[in-house]
Amino acid sequence: MFELSPQEWTAVALSLRVATVATAVSLPFGIAIAWLLARKSFPGKTILNAIIYLPLVLPPVVTGYLLLIALGRRGIFGQTLADIGIVFSFRWTGAALACGVMAFPLLVGAIRLSIEAVDRRYEDAAATLGASRAWIFLTVTLPLALPGIIAGAVLAFARALGEFGATITFVSNIPGETQTISAAIYTLTQVPGGDAQALKLVGIAVMIALAALVVSEWFGRYAGARVHGV
Amino acid sequence: MLAVDVDKKLGEFQIEAAFEGESGITALFGPSGSGKTSIVGMIAGLSKPDRGRIVLDDDILFDSDAGIDVAVHRRRVGYVFQDGRLFPHLSVARNLDYGRWMSGLARDEAQVRRVTGLLDIGALLERRPGALSGGERQRVALGRALLMRPRLLLLDEPLASLDAARKREILPYFERLRDEAKVPMIYVSHDAEEVRRLASRVVLLAGGRVTATGGVKLLSSS
Repeated sequence: MFELSPQEWTAVALSLRVATVATAVSLPFGIAIAWLLARKSFPGKTILNAIIYLPLVLPPVVTGYLLLIALGRRGIFGQTLADIGIVFSFRWTGAALACGVMAFPLLVGAIRLSIEAVDRRYEDAAATLGASRAWIFLTVTLPLALPGIIAGAVLAFARALGEFGATITFVSNIPGETQTISAAIYTLTQVPGGDAQALKLVGIAVMIALAALVVSEWFGRYAGARVHGV
Repeated sequence: MLAVDVDKKLGEFQIEAAFEGESGITALFGPSGSGKTSIVGMIAGLSKPDRGRIVLDDDILFDSDAGIDVAVHRRRVGYVFQDGRLFPHLSVARNLDYGRWMSGLARDEAQVRRVTGLLDIGALLERRPGALSGGERQRVALGRALLMRPRLLLLDEPLASLDAARKREILPYFERLRDEAKVPMIYVSHDAEEVRRLASRVVLLAGGRVTATGGVKLLSSS
């Protein structure tokens, strides 16, 4: 059942690459913003919070179109970025960006909850032991929030893997460059006789998602046990 | 030598306290709600006085008039909390080493052996804090604070969360610590017996103010 054509393999490999890069690149930003939202109060916090959650409630096609307007080849910032060698439009990097943006609210939400749950009394104790704020964050806050960070990253990865609307709007559906599993399935369902192939990709998508959830559950349990100190 | 003179308003409650700490153990003694923990928090730098001055060994830690407020992590003031606050994600050994590491001190195995021996925690090093009893946890917390080589040690009701049997078990360690480690200590307590046993000097607190200072004899009259 899982004998795939080279083109389908390409779509699977591309999806994994796009989702991995999207998650890895957005993780540091996600942690930084989650920390800001969890621990700081500043003017514009409500607005920042709303902007981050926007992709969750907007139609994906709107998010993709906004990305196109901003970062497309003739976009507001697209030209400037192209001059310094950064091009997103019709590239797999653009697909990764769209997926990262779409997954960001899930990433930030999970990490924010886990940082809020870190007992600040441990941070005070670390300060009295000579740790600066940056070291407290690295040696106390971050490790104690780790189960939530892992959960957020897996959730974001799974979301990125399934992203369709924003990606196809922003970077189109180019085999080998921007055609992820979702886009390939869509394409196959549009041609006569493509159902069998589509079904194979559907099977693979389900397996990858299941594997991600199992790994996350396992990691989360392991990290939780370490954090709770037994 | 510690000199404290601080004012701080906490809601309706007003702290106005001035006292000095000497070598050995100075007890801050008073009922719950007399402001003991708040004062100790200001000495550590965890909370900021509205006005006043805190000086340790000619080093100004806080001075509202001069605009000085040394950051918590630069004060080198050890703090043993009532609830221990051992880092749950680190082993006992790494908890003990944390202060040395963060303060940028060289590893000193002889000192580690001395402290773990003094507190009888050598057998616990590989354990996680979650697997310790209350008494063990407080001994490790004490060792952790000692190993950062503090200039002053703040002990905030370190025995309050323990039952009477555990208190009897751990009190001798405090006595040994007082006699062997040459660190001045501020010992916060509302237990007269503990204070009589450990302290050389008592600061009586009530309603956020110092009502008397003197030897442990102060406690027999009260």
